[in-house]
Amino acid sequence: MILLDRVTKVYNRREAALERVSLHVEPKEFVIIVGASGAGKSTMFKLLTREEKPTSGKIIVGGIDYENLKDRDIPTLRRKIGVVFQDFKLLSNKTVYENVAFALEIAGATNAEIKHTVPKVLEVVGLKDKTNSYPRQLSGGEKQRVAIARAIVRQPKILIADEPTGNLDPKHAWDVIKVLEKINRFGTTVLLTTHNQEIVNYLKRRVVTIRDGKVVSDKAIGNYKG
Amino acid sequence: MKDHKFIKLERIVKTGAVNFIRNIWLAIAAIAMMTTTLTILLFAVVANATFSNSITDLTSRIDVSVYLKDSVTEQQRNQLRADLKNIDNVKSIEYVTKEQALKDFREDHANDPETLSAVSEVDNTLPASLKIKVYDPNRLQTIKDFVDKKEIQALQSEQTSYSGERKEAIDSIAKATDFFRKAGIVSIIIFIIISILIIFNTIRMTIFNRRDELIIMRLLGASPWYIKGPFVVETTMYGIMAAVVSIAIVWGLFAIASSLEVSSLLDIDFSRNYFSRHLWLIVVAQIGAGIIIGAVSSAVATRRYLKLK
Repeated sequence: MILLDRVTKVYNRREAALERVSLHVEPKEFVIIVGASGAGKSTMFKLLTREEKPTSGKIIVGGIDYENLKDRDIPTLRRKIGVVFQDFKLLSNKTVYENVAFALEIAGATNAEIKHTVPKVLEVVGLKDKTNSYPRQLSGGEKQRVAIARAIVRQPKILIADEPTGNLDPKHAWDVIKVLEKINRFGTTVLLTTHNQEIVNYLKRRVVTIRDGKVVSDKAIGNYKG
Repeated sequence: MKDHKFIKLERIVKTGAVNFIRNIWLAIAAIAMMTTTLTILLFAVVANATFSNSITDLTSRIDVSVYLKDSVTEQQRNQLRADLKNIDNVKSIEYVTKEQALKDFREDHANDPETLSAVSEVDNTLPASLKIKVYDPNRLQTIKDFVDKKEIQALQSEQTSYSGERKEAIDSIAKATDFFRKAGIVSIIIFIIISILIIFNTIRMTIFNRRDELIIMRLLGASPWYIKGPFVVETTMYGIMAAVVSIAIVWGLFAIASSLEVSSLLDIDFSRNYFSRHLWLIVVAQIGAGIIIGAVSSAVATRRYLKLK
């Protein structure tokens, strides 16, 4: 489902942010990428969303080889992957409903589809009563759940979440993690980056550890000490 | 596929309109800015037209009189007239008979009995003349050169009116009007450029304020036009509103000025008439300019945030 083959990323001729990283994620897997700040997690994330291009190496996601990807195909690629960011990245002048609907709009869904799907997804993330609120009226955890709703509303086969709990207090962090687990149970491949050891140890999933831009361990049921 | 495109277009327009209302304060600030520049521009255009009209009025009064000896025959006169008519700057030639000259003289000096007594009908010393009107008072010299030719001069009782001090006065008026006309056009062009720059910058600022939105939409996989579209719709609305308000302001100002009957450098009634006569042209031009500047500015200003890496 996700394949990184000897991927290296160097910024401005400095030390490599990622060095010959290889990773293979099977469909429906839940993989946690751990590592300290600056280890290269975010770089990996940006490579997957094609915000950055690798200096060398191969990336294939959902059957799309990034090497042959033209600029005008990038929007199509991004519509196929669900993405959750640490800083939520919600559209501040749209309501909760509109933020989620936006993801469907850009994919060209009909009005009927939008009307049918959005409330259901908001129910999954537990925000049905916040439909008409604006992001500024929500707590951090609620915002992140809107972001997750937006990421899954198109029913992507892959969901990547970059430190989704990074800005949340523990209670809200758990809400978010539980939603991610639920989505994974429905059959979505989830790639989660975090450096929260409590969450990693609770989930009991495959854990890939990155240190100084290199994969240093990859365990089927991993632990993490921050 | 067509339906699909239509849905997108509909959503773009709707989102643009909704954003306009949700960002109403930003919209008001931008519209105020655009209105100011469009008002100044429109005012400058009308003022220039008025001024140019006054100049035309003034220059149309400039003429050259060729005074004829009493001995000149009708044939000679007609020949001279035909020759003068061939000079391309000549607009019209009027023949003023001795009798007409006397009548005009009496009218001009009606309050001056002493001067009046100097001429009488029996002893009319005033010459007949050909009064030449021209298109361009800056090019009187060709006429002067022609009438100063020896064989033509032989027909004249005295120097043409375009001589000596009078010539200098006419030349300086002609030069000044020419300068003002050109200055008017140059200032309008400068105003247009400044307006475009100010409006462009205003829109660039409003988009800069909302660049996060653009970046987020891009990350979610929206196509560039789907992101840009609502901004273009929004700024087009700014343009239309600014155009309408600026027309209302200028119209109002002229209406007030003409009702106050203030005498000033400008012929207010002409301005007002000019405005009414060209109202539709002004409406179309202002709104057109508002739409084009608004749409192009936002399309250009959003570009840098939409570059895909």
